[in-house]
Amino acid sequence: MPFGYVSPAQAMRDKAEYARQGIARGRSCVTLQYDGGILLMAPNPSRALYKIGEIYDRIAFAAVGRYNEYETLRRAGITYADTTGLMFDRHDVTARGIANYYAQNLGTIFTENLKPFEVEIVVAEVGTQPDADQIYRITFDGSVTDEPGFVAFGGQADQVSAVLKERYSAGMSLTEAFAAALAALSASGNGERSEMAATQLEVAILDRTRDHRTFRRIRAARLEELVSESRSAGAKAESAAPEAPSAGSEPATGPDAGSTDRGSGLGGDGTPPRL
Amino acid sequence: MGSYFDGSQSGPFTGGEGGSGRMRVRPSDGLMDRKTSSFADYLASHSPDLLPGRAPGSAVSHAADSPAVRDLPHATTIVAAVCHQGVVLAGDRRATLGSMIAKRDVEKVFRSDEFSAVAYAGTGSVGIEFIRLFQVELEHYEKMEGRPLSLEGKANRLAWMIRGNLAAAMQGFIVVPLFVGYDEDAGQGHIFSFDVAGGPYEEQRFYSIGSGSVFARGSLKKLYVDDMPVTDAVLACVQALYDAADDDSATGGPDLTRRIFPVIATVTADGFRKLPEAESEDYAQQVVQDRMTTPDGPSAPLRTAR
Repeated sequence: MPFGYVSPAQAMRDKAEYARQGIARGRSCVTLQYDGGILLMAPNPSRALYKIGEIYDRIAFAAVGRYNEYETLRRAGITYADTTGLMFDRHDVTARGIANYYAQNLGTIFTENLKPFEVEIVVAEVGTQPDADQIYRITFDGSVTDEPGFVAFGGQADQVSAVLKERYSAGMSLTEAFAAALAALSASGNGERSEMAATQLEVAILDRTRDHRTFRRIRAARLEELVSESRSAGAKAESAAPEAPSAGSEPATGPDAGSTDRGSGLGGDGTPPRL
Repeated sequence: MGSYFDGSQSGPFTGGEGGSGRMRVRPSDGLMDRKTSSFADYLASHSPDLLPGRAPGSAVSHAADSPAVRDLPHATTIVAAVCHQGVVLAGDRRATLGSMIAKRDVEKVFRSDEFSAVAYAGTGSVGIEFIRLFQVELEHYEKMEGRPLSLEGKANRLAWMIRGNLAAAMQGFIVVPLFVGYDEDAGQGHIFSFDVAGGPYEEQRFYSIGSGSVFARGSLKKLYVDDMPVTDAVLACVQALYDAADDDSATGGPDLTRRIFPVIATVTADGFRKLPEAESEDYAQQVVQDRMTTPDGPSAPLRTAR
């Protein structure tokens, strides 16, 4: 430690700056609602070291930042949820409770420790109805925000969030939500867009229709299928966009695709996203 | 200024005391000090009062023969049989209070995870706690590690949990489970039994526990055929439960008037499946109809066919 006095304000600013830089170095992760539940997606080439995980029956976890730190938090969240569920009932474990638990712990770590956790976390809960879905974002200093509909966090979160905001609409099908998430994740990195292959993605859903444990990873064949579906939808949108930018002429990709305004799926700079 | 990284301060999750005389907001237990992914282990070290089989206290220290313990509801007969690429687990519906019937429609057969099922005989209240904890234990490991426990691993965990109940068992709170599972790699069903001090003991072909187990096992012994189809194994189990109910007052037979039938579960390559009420009613009706003409049920051939 350097000699001399460091004001608390300065110390907190330094810590926050340190944590923010650490988080921004990584890649973004997105979580959004679709008609059948909640979709979580992160770029992750590893098949074993996950950024997204199951916490409880209807609750999932997604994180960005340092692996060892968010893995610790993930395991603690599961322990908290399982203890609460055993002590009371399975229905008494809520995303709000887990978000508060994380907020308390992250807040304490931020103030008490020299080095804050360089993580940002999303806790999502799928309800029995779409309006009961909950998405909470918890940052390194323990602040919690309630994010209705969708959230992008970590890495270049602002850019990703901007694309996601344009593409997102309530009641999207899984394919549409997947395409929106893929477009958003591909948008990160200073304007240049990168193609993302299925092998580079970690995808999971909370499936509203399932009983008991709703968390499912989407991998292998199903993931390839969703990627190619959203690519072809994107290509069609790209070819259709210049002459017919209206939503009505969009080719339908899902059962209710015609009713949503996928025509607004243009990048922030007016060019259609390359999927 | 130190941090928990250099050991000069206790870590935020180690649950240690903070600096001397300093107010410290202590984060919850159980983050950095988790050694394994076992939920029961975690409870044992952090919230032992949540474990089943915790010492009931001095009030019942000499109570093994007290009416209070004797008159707790007890769950009775469970049977299990390995079948072609799977295993069947079935239980009657009766709970007894000494010589009284405590409950007619109790369930003692449960899903423990996707590829296993568990049932118990013994003190109802402790048994229910055990089943709940065991279900959480398996799910907890799966969530923590991203893969399910091996079948032997599951049986070993259950044995460890039962052994933890030994002190309570000595005081009369006895619970004995029967655990079955499907080994996905080998494509085969397995049965594990336990005693009050743990186990596990792997059983070949079929097994039964509980008050009517002697009769059920005798019946199953004569009806069981190696590599039976799953439907035959279910029928054999229902026959065995009927025979147990026939000779043991604590085992309940099919209750036709109230339409209460055995709880039957199968674990196969398709995972755990609890038979719907209508389906187990079919099996029970079939057995009852047979018994209308032959009250002792099907007879096994006297000589083994060669």
